[in-house]
Amino acid sequence: MPTPVALVALLIISLAVYWLGRGRARRMGAAQSLHSLPGYYGIWIALWTGAPAALMLVLLLAGGPRLEAVLLTANPPAAVAAMPSETAQAFWSDARALADGQTTTRIAWSPEERKILSQKAVEAAALKSRIQLAGQAAALVLVLAGFLLAWPQLSPKLRARNRVEGWTGIVLLFCSAAAVLTTLGIIVSLLYESLRFFHSVPPLDFLFGLDWQPQIAMREDQVAAKGAFGAVPLFVGTFLVMIIAMCVAAPVGLFCAIYLSEYAGHRTRSVIKPMLEILAGVPTVVYGFFAALTVGPALRSSFNYIGSWLVQGPLDPLGQYLMSVQNEMALTAGVVMGIMLIPYISSLSDDIINAVPQSLRDGSYAMGATRSETVKRVILPAALPGVMGAMLLAVSRAIGETMIVTMASGAQARITANPLDSVSTVTFQMVQLLTGDQEFDSPKTLAAFGLGLTLFLVTLTLNVIALQVVQKYRQAYD
Amino acid sequence: MTDPSLSPAGAARLKARHSAERRFRLYGQLAILVALGFLAVLLARVVHQGYSTFWTHSVTMSVYVDPARIDRTDLEGNNFDYLAAGDLLKRLKVRDDALGLASGEAMDLVSRDIGFALLDRIKADPKVIGTTVTLTVPVKANADLYYKGQIRRETPAEDRKLSDRQIDWLDQMKREGMVRGHFNTGFFTRSDSTEPEQAGVLGAVVGSALMLLVAALIAVPTGVLAAVWLEEFAPKGRLSSFIEVNINNLAAVPSIVYGLLGLVLFINWLGFPRSAPPTGGMVLALMSLPTIIIATRASLKSVPPSIREAALGMGASRTQTVFHHVLPQAMPGVMTGVILALAHALGETAPLLMIGMVAFTPGLPETLQSAASVLPVQIFIWENAAEAAFHERTAGAIMVLLAFMIVMNTAAVILRSRFEKRW
Repeated sequence: MPTPVALVALLIISLAVYWLGRGRARRMGAAQSLHSLPGYYGIWIALWTGAPAALMLVLLLAGGPRLEAVLLTANPPAAVAAMPSETAQAFWSDARALADGQTTTRIAWSPEERKILSQKAVEAAALKSRIQLAGQAAALVLVLAGFLLAWPQLSPKLRARNRVEGWTGIVLLFCSAAAVLTTLGIIVSLLYESLRFFHSVPPLDFLFGLDWQPQIAMREDQVAAKGAFGAVPLFVGTFLVMIIAMCVAAPVGLFCAIYLSEYAGHRTRSVIKPMLEILAGVPTVVYGFFAALTVGPALRSSFNYIGSWLVQGPLDPLGQYLMSVQNEMALTAGVVMGIMLIPYISSLSDDIINAVPQSLRDGSYAMGATRSETVKRVILPAALPGVMGAMLLAVSRAIGETMIVTMASGAQARITANPLDSVSTVTFQMVQLLTGDQEFDSPKTLAAFGLGLTLFLVTLTLNVIALQVVQKYRQAYD
Repeated sequence: MTDPSLSPAGAARLKARHSAERRFRLYGQLAILVALGFLAVLLARVVHQGYSTFWTHSVTMSVYVDPARIDRTDLEGNNFDYLAAGDLLKRLKVRDDALGLASGEAMDLVSRDIGFALLDRIKADPKVIGTTVTLTVPVKANADLYYKGQIRRETPAEDRKLSDRQIDWLDQMKREGMVRGHFNTGFFTRSDSTEPEQAGVLGAVVGSALMLLVAALIAVPTGVLAAVWLEEFAPKGRLSSFIEVNINNLAAVPSIVYGLLGLVLFINWLGFPRSAPPTGGMVLALMSLPTIIIATRASLKSVPPSIREAALGMGASRTQTVFHHVLPQAMPGVMTGVILALAHALGETAPLLMIGMVAFTPGLPETLQSAASVLPVQIFIWENAAEAAFHERTAGAIMVLLAFMIVMNTAAVILRSRFEKRW
C-alpha cells in the first residue's frame, strides 16, 4: 500500500492500542491505586507501538526515492554507461517516469536504448515496490515488537505520566531543532552547490567580474568562457532597484507611522491599519502584474509624452531619449517594490515609535513644543536606532524580492545608474537560470547557487545587524 | 495668537511654528493617502481588467453529423471542428470558397470544445451519425472579446485579431439568437489550457489547496510545539538564545532562498518529484515555520503567569499545565498567526518557480506525485502569455486568489477579535 496510507493505518492501530492500554489500566486500577491517570498508560503503550514505526515510515517516505535511484543506477548497462552524464540522467529519470506511468522527457531514444529503457522501467517498478514492501514490513515488525515489549510492563506501579512527559520533551526539543536544521540545510545546500560552481568559475571573477552572460556557457564547445559570470552588473541592478524602492517606501512608510501613532485618533487608526495590512498581504505576484501591466506602461507613456515635448527644443537629445523609454525599467520595479514595502516599514516603525516612553512626549509638550516639534526633536532622535533597524530589514526584503523584478525590470544585465534603463537583478537571474530545461552540472545552473549564496549572506548580515539594533533599542526603554 | 503679551516677533515665530505644524501633519496625511491610493489603484486595476472573465458567451448550434464525412474506423482522427464550421457557415448562409478559407475563419469563432463534444456524443451513441445534433459550446476567446467590446470594429483590420467578415458573422450570430451571454462557470470547472476560452483555475485551486494542506500538516504542529518548548520548557541559556536568533533570522531570509533549499534538498538529494504539490508544500512549510513559531510564542507570552501558577498549585505537572491550560488559552492567538502565515504561503510564488512548478499542466493532478499548477504560478504563467484573452484571465485568477486571501485574513481578524482574551 502507498506509504501515506500506511501512516494512516498506523495511526488507527495506535489509537486502538491506546484504547486497549487505557482499558487495561482501568481494570488494574479497580484493584490497586494507579501511579498515573489511566489515559497516560494508554498513551505510553501507544507511543511504544506507533512512534518507532512512524519514524520508519517517514524515513521511507523521505529516503525511498533516493534509495531507489541509487540501487537502480548502481550497475548501469554498457549502453547507458557510455552516454554523457546528462543523457544518462535523462535516461534514468525516463525509466523511473515510465515505471510510475508518467510522461517522459521528449528525448527520442534509439530502438535498442528504448529496449533497455523499458527493461529498466520494469526493474525500477519492481525496486520501488520492493523498497516499499521492505520498509512497511520493517514498520510492522517495529509495531509488533514495541507492543509486545511494552505490554507486559504495564503495571499500576509504572510511572506512565513521567514516561509520557519524557517523550513529550524529546518531541518538543526535536521540533525546535527543526528551525536550526533549516538554517543548516540552507547553508549546507547553498555551499555545496556553490562550491561546485566556484570550481569552474573562480570566486573573484564571479564577485568582481563586469560581464554577465550566462547563456554563453550553453554552447558545448565554450564551457564557461571567462568573464561570462561576472555578477557586478547584477549587484548594481539590485542596488539600483533597492535604492528606488527605498526612496518611495522610506518617507511614505515613516510618515504613515508618525501620523498613525502621533496624530490619528483611535477610530482613524482602526480603519487605516487594517487597510495597510491588506496592502501588506497582497501577494508579490500581484504586485508584479501591477508593475508589468499598469505602472510600466503608465511611466513609459508619461516619459514618452515629456519626450515629445522636448524634442526639437533646446533639450532635443534628452527628448529623443525619453521617447525611446521602454516599459521594463528599473524605475517600474523600484516604484512598485516601494509600494510593497510601505506597509512593512510603516508597521515596524509604528511599533518602534510606540515604544518611545510617553514621559518623553509629555516633557516636550510641557516645554511648549508643538506636536511636529516633539516628533522631530524628541521622538525621532529617540527612535532613530530602531527606525534604522526597520529600514535595514526593508532593504533586506527589497534585495530578496523576486516576482516584481522578474515581471517588470527587464532582462539586460548592465552597469548603469539610470533608473530608466532596464536592469537585471540577482533574484531575476536566479529565476532565469533555474526555470525551464536544466541540466544540473552546467555552470549556468550552478551560477544560481552562487547568486543564492551571495544573496543569503548579504541578507543575513543585514538581518543580524538590524535585529540587534532593534533589540538594543527595545531594551533601552524597557 | 491674539495674546497681547506676545511681541510682534514672537507672534510671527509662533505663526511660523504653527504653519510648520500644519505642514508636518499634512505630510502625514499625504503619506497615508498615497499608500491607500496605491491600494485603491491596484485593486481597481485588477477588478477592471478581471471582472469580464466571469462573463462569457456560448453559441448554440446544430450540426448535421454527415455519415459521408466521418471515418468510423478512426473516430478520433476526424476533423469535427471543420465539420461544425461548415454547418455554421451554412446556417449563416455563407458559401465557402474552394480553398475552405471561410470554413477556416469560421472555425476560429467557435471553441474547439465542439469537436470534443461531437466526438463524445458519437462515442456514447454511434447512432447519432446521420442525424442532426444540437450543441452549446463556448465561443473562441477572440469572439468573446468582441462581444465584450474589447475588440472593436473601428480598429483597423490589420490591428485586430478578427477579420471584417468574421465580425459580420459574429454580429449575425448574435442577431439570430445563437449566442448567449452567461456566467463563466467554465473558469471554475476547468484547468489550464493553451486555448484561453478553455482555460480555468480549477487545477490551480486544487493544486494550491493540496500544497497548503501539506504545508499546514507539517508546519503547524512543528511550529506550535517548537514555540511551546522555547517559551515554556527551554532553560534560558545559550541554546535557547541561539535557537531564538536562528528563528528570527530565518523569518527574514528571502523566500527564493527556500526555493533553492527545496531544489537541492528535496529534489536533488531526496529525489522527490518536481512540480508536485507535496514538494512545494514542504518548501512552504519550512518557509512559514519561523512565522508560526514567532506568532505562537507571542501568544503564549500573553497568557498570564497566574494561570500557570494556579495549575501547578493544583498539582498539575509542567507538561499538564502547558497542554491543559496555557496552550488552550493561547489557541485563538496561535490560530490567528497560523492562518496569516498560511495566507502568506498561499500567495508565495518565487520558491515554487525554483522547484519547477512553472510546467504547463492541463487537467487535475492525478496522484500526489504528479505535476500540478498552483494559483500564484498560474497567474505568473498567464501574465506571460501572448494572447490578449489571457490578460483578462490573469486578472480573473488574481481576483480568485485575493478572494481566498481575504477569506483567510477575515477569519484571522474574527478569531482575534472574538476569542482573544485580554488579561
